[in-house]
Amino acid sequence: MSPESRTGTTVRPKEVALLFAALGDQTRLSLVTKLSRGRPQSISQLAEGSGLTRQAVTKHLRVLESVGIVRSAYAGRENRFELDLRPFKDLRQYLKFVSDQWDQALSRLKSFVER
Amino acid sequence: MKNRIEKRIELNAPVSRVWRALTDHREFGEWFRVRLDGPFVPGQIVRGQITYPGYEHVTFEAVVQKMEPERLFSYSWHPYSVDSKVDYSNEEPTLVEFKLEQTSTGTLLTVTESGFDKIPSHRRSEAFRMNEGGWSEQLKNIESHVS
Repeated sequence: MSPESRTGTTVRPKEVALLFAALGDQTRLSLVTKLSRGRPQSISQLAEGSGLTRQAVTKHLRVLESVGIVRSAYAGRENRFELDLRPFKDLRQYLKFVSDQWDQALSRLKSFVER
Repeated sequence: MKNRIEKRIELNAPVSRVWRALTDHREFGEWFRVRLDGPFVPGQIVRGQITYPGYEHVTFEAVVQKMEPERLFSYSWHPYSVDSKVDYSNEEPTLVEFKLEQTSTGTLLTVTESGFDKIPSHRRSEAFRMNEGGWSEQLKNIESHVS
């Protein structure tokens, strides 16, 4: 009855909430959209054409990093950022788990009131 | 990807019958598979033991929110708080709402569970301020990358 994540640990409601909250911001969503094109990108690349300062981009990337949606690695001297989709999969798995439990409970309710 | 769950089910039983199955704690326990200690009373906590085989060690705990006869029953709880090592009291509960509507053949029951995006107060910070709505639409874009 416990939702297992891909990494074998139980997905926690708190993490789900933090993920939703991290995404509840247009700027961060736009960064996620940019990163979803696949290629790791530097802060300068992400700031380009966004109307955001490098500082603002950095701040939002840290939030995304803190919930595990974004990870960074140095390519030479430059820090590059990329998406990590595992938390989304965990989140979806968690909601699916709760949803499945309701399907089962409601089908028992149906038999119960219709008998 | 949505931050709420919604289920609709047609029941071939009168609204009064469905209302009783939802709000009489013994009847609720029959289909939900929980042995509740006492009745549902708005504003009060109700506890019980799950009776689903293999999960008898799991405690059910909910706070009853609204009981509007034959229309709306709601409670808040921590969905499937089954990990005994975790203290769920620090986490935001979700809200479960049962809405009943009479139909020509019986009852249309709508169940929603919402609040998966609520941040526990001790984790709330400027960084996690929710500002814009409508982001669930954009989450679809992300979802296409996940699947």
